[in-house]
Amino acid sequence: MALLRCFHSGRSAVSLVGRREFHKTSPISVKMTVRDALNQAMDEELERDEKVFLIGEEVAQYDGAYKVSKGLWKKYGDQRIIDTPITEMGFAGIAVGAAMAGLRPICEFMTFNFSMQAIDQVINSAAKTYYMSAGFQPVPIVFRGPNGSSAGVAAQHSQCFAAWYGHCPGLKVLSPWSAEDAKGLLKSAIRDDNPVIVLENELMYGVTFEMSEAAQSKDFTVPIGKAKIERQGSHVTLASHSHMVGRCLDAATVLAKEGIECEVINLRTIRPLDVECIETSVMKTNHLVTVEGGWPQFGVGAEICARIMEGPAFNYLDAPATRVTGVDIPMPYAKTLEDHSIPQVKDIIFSVRKTLNTLTLNTHISALDIGGAAQKQRVDHVTTLI
Amino acid sequence: MKTMLALISNVLCRITGKNAAAQTVSELLIDLSEYVSLTSPVTPAMATTQRQPPKPPPVSTSAPQLVSVQADPLASPGAKVVISSRSFTSQATFDIKKCELHHLEEGPPDKAEMTREQGLQYYHSMQTMRRMELKADQLYKQKIIRGFCHLYDGQEACAMGIEGAINPTDHLITAYRAHAYTYTRGVSVKQILAELTGRKGGIAKGKGGSMHMYAPNFYGGNGIVGAQVPLGAGIALACQYQGNNQVCVTLYGDGAANQGQIFEAFNMAALWKLPCIFVCENNKYGMGTSVERASASTDYYKRGDYVPGIRVDGMDVLCVREATKFAADHCRAGKGPILMELQTYRYHGHSMSDPGVSYRTREEIQEVRSKSDPISMLKERMLSNNMASPEEFKEIDVEIRKHIDEAALFATSDPEPPLGELCNHIFANDVPIDVRGVNPWTILKSSS
Repeated sequence: MALLRCFHSGRSAVSLVGRREFHKTSPISVKMTVRDALNQAMDEELERDEKVFLIGEEVAQYDGAYKVSKGLWKKYGDQRIIDTPITEMGFAGIAVGAAMAGLRPICEFMTFNFSMQAIDQVINSAAKTYYMSAGFQPVPIVFRGPNGSSAGVAAQHSQCFAAWYGHCPGLKVLSPWSAEDAKGLLKSAIRDDNPVIVLENELMYGVTFEMSEAAQSKDFTVPIGKAKIERQGSHVTLASHSHMVGRCLDAATVLAKEGIECEVINLRTIRPLDVECIETSVMKTNHLVTVEGGWPQFGVGAEICARIMEGPAFNYLDAPATRVTGVDIPMPYAKTLEDHSIPQVKDIIFSVRKTLNTLTLNTHISALDIGGAAQKQRVDHVTTLI
Repeated sequence: MKTMLALISNVLCRITGKNAAAQTVSELLIDLSEYVSLTSPVTPAMATTQRQPPKPPPVSTSAPQLVSVQADPLASPGAKVVISSRSFTSQATFDIKKCELHHLEEGPPDKAEMTREQGLQYYHSMQTMRRMELKADQLYKQKIIRGFCHLYDGQEACAMGIEGAINPTDHLITAYRAHAYTYTRGVSVKQILAELTGRKGGIAKGKGGSMHMYAPNFYGGNGIVGAQVPLGAGIALACQYQGNNQVCVTLYGDGAANQGQIFEAFNMAALWKLPCIFVCENNKYGMGTSVERASASTDYYKRGDYVPGIRVDGMDVLCVREATKFAADHCRAGKGPILMELQTYRYHGHSMSDPGVSYRTREEIQEVRSKSDPISMLKERMLSNNMASPEEFKEIDVEIRKHIDEAALFATSDPEPPLGELCNHIFANDVPIDVRGVNPWTILKSSS
């Protein structure tokens, strides 16, 4: 189901899943789902350091609500893989306390929506403590789980927390897209001596990617704070994270047929943001479109635009930077409404065209009556500029 | 009078065989004191009903370590106080209030032994805490301390009793009324006061303030009511995970006792048998709200439900100590968590912004001060059992006053942390990073 949504990213519906051991004579690259990549990351880190343990709801005997921790309890037992009651504030606090006392917990939130119940522990007990203690008390903890919209789970289960956590000093916030991202970033997060938030995405769990030989190593890590250019381009920079990276690549494929070459940046890390990567790209392409699933106000895209304005890349912009975001509403349930609540490929394409000013009078968003008048108005405005 | 004096003096001379003639009452007393010093201090025949025949001092890890833990060069541990040539009772047993029990067959003993050294140490520590808090009060009124300042005077027996029953390798976490615990866990008065005044010599280099002081095995100082309780359970989990036989004392107040996350912590601690001693310091008021107006049940020691509980007289340092010993043994035996309610009282308001008299009467405060003050109670016990002299206590008081004054001088004269410190300590063990300042042109540096 998830595969059908991601035209580009679901290269092959067949994947060699579930294998954790690779023979030396295996092919150079292997296919792996994001889910298995996360599983492998945790398995390797649990093996590497006995202070690492996983705690959360259903992580042990149920093999994980989304099966991300499958097989780990069987391998490592009760002490290292801990099932908790449904008490987020309590077990997040317990995890933070354990980190303060020298362990290295991975605290799973079944989705980041539930982290709101525990957010005081994440921010006030974890993020700020090293600073408040003037460097005396580190908190080496990872909070991970699926973030953002899924499919049909409606308003209370679809919020994106990238902007909320990305706002706070003392946290590192990661947002993997591919399997390589997932494995490498989670491993980096576990090895980091600071509180790290890993925003996974439920729709990506089942998506298969190729894993390079390097990525198959037990010591493979992806550096925190470094974005990756997934596709080179020269006309416009698309800066995105998580699930939307796939949609950007799909949009780029369509636009390439018209001769518009998009450079697609996979941010990988929300905090600290790799502004340099975006700036370098913008100085090359002269156009910037940010794409995210979260709400527009005070979001990731807003931050990127502000930073670009404040930096050297501003002078290279030939048009104002544009943000493509989720619609500013609580997530509806009905399929059509839900589909129109987050950016679709055509929305990205539209925004690129607008930014590049290649939009003609006859080109406007089809099938969307709501705001149609407003759209028409904007199109008219473009005409007067030409 | 003179005849009476001569009569007594003569009788004494006959008993002792000394040939003295007391002319005044003071001479008589001096005579008596000389007599006492000539005889052995441990003669059972001289024991009053309260004294027991001397026993070897109990094997306790607490008393000697209390002395060693105070690393403050300005402090001189009670053991170094000049002891007069008089001989004192080296140890006595005291009756303490029996603890009410919840889901426990038996509880802490109703008698406590205390040696002279322990008594002097407890007195020294409690008096230091008291004077330190009063000095903080003074500095706050002079506007040298800013922001929050929650004072602990009146509750000293809780901090002292707990520390007297656990090891320095055990763990402790509390809420914001934390200055005294910072002290008992080994931080010097100088570093505490300098943290309150926001100077670089403070225990958190001036970056934490009143509610955010940390030390080895002491996890603050926490500003969010109740948040420290799951943290404490987590520390206990780490103890269990590492199999080190250590316990975590997790404190909260009567105000925090209704927090949901506390019950979440009770549940997991009981489920997993975490070695966690939950301690509710019930000082009768959560900010300006009395316990009757805040809690449907004020039996805080029962609020753990399936977690066994003890209600303790928090104004009696020995009662607190015995209860904590009992609780620590319970946890170390793998029986899971236990809850102690310490009934205590704070003389100050909730914080320095609260005069503390709008929701309670001055008479009430005065009554507690005169009848149940923990320091006075300890002092009276020791005096009435001839475990120390009034002069000794006076000497200790003078020494403490000097110590606090010196610490306050440091705290008011030490410079503030330099601006270069502004962005440091965001991340541990990390490369230096750039931090955005107040405007795009201000890029600051952060190092670990």
